[in-house]
Amino acid sequence: MQTLFLILGGVALVSGGLVVFQKHPLRSALWLIVNFFAVAGIYLLAHAEFIAAIQVIVYAGAIMVLFLFVIMLLNLRQPEAEPKIPFIGQKLGGIVLAGFTGLILVYGVTRTVLTSGKPMAPGLGNTETIARSLFTDYLLPFEVTSVLLLVAIVGAVVLAKSKLR
Amino acid sequence: MVVPVQYYLALSVALFALGVIGVLIRRNALVIYMCIEMMLNAVNLAFIGFADYFKAVDGQMFVFFVMTVAAAEVAVGLALIVAIFRNQGTVYVDDLNILKW
Repeated sequence: MQTLFLILGGVALVSGGLVVFQKHPLRSALWLIVNFFAVAGIYLLAHAEFIAAIQVIVYAGAIMVLFLFVIMLLNLRQPEAEPKIPFIGQKLGGIVLAGFTGLILVYGVTRTVLTSGKPMAPGLGNTETIARSLFTDYLLPFEVTSVLLLVAIVGAVVLAKSKLR
Repeated sequence: MVVPVQYYLALSVALFALGVIGVLIRRNALVIYMCIEMMLNAVNLAFIGFADYFKAVDGQMFVFFVMTVAAAEVAVGLALIVAIFRNQGTVYVDDLNILKW
């Protein structure tokens, strides 16, 4: 179990690094799919089967198809061109800032005191538990989510239709 | 043998920092969006790790909602990028300086 986690985590980290440092956006997108699949495998290890399935369907399926479709639409065939203004200072500054962010996160995580929580209702599978929780405790956020998706659909259509002038 | 929650948190922190690096150093707006997705994924991973550790389903519920918001965000964001590309002819963020005085 732990070895499987380490393998999947290594795959996720390497593919994530390749997403960041790949010159071509198409290759970044393809490595991001690998990353999503590795993270979905880790969700399976953590007994979150429903979330793993959703991860593969929504992230690796729908969202990445959208990304690849836009890359095709914008015809970004050539790799990233050299910037007109030198960019190296921003790159170094970005890496330093991200390192600081990581350090702050590590500091916060190592200082966290972990207590034990209340156990899940027994005798139910993962998907049943989620469904029960979704339609009782989280009913209002669930309904608000549907409104959010509707707004996103309308917004995407309006943005894609208008000339924005 | 169960995976300790610290492993999940370490991987989550590493992925999040990678996403921050990508957002800060890349110039292509699409790749910046992909790195934002990776950061959302890192947070989801921490949620799932805690949900497994506490044996509670609430963490998984939050991941569910984060995924919904991410899907909505990507739909609107990619429409924005397409609109900007049609208007400005570029997706490089350092070429987009129309708000600069």
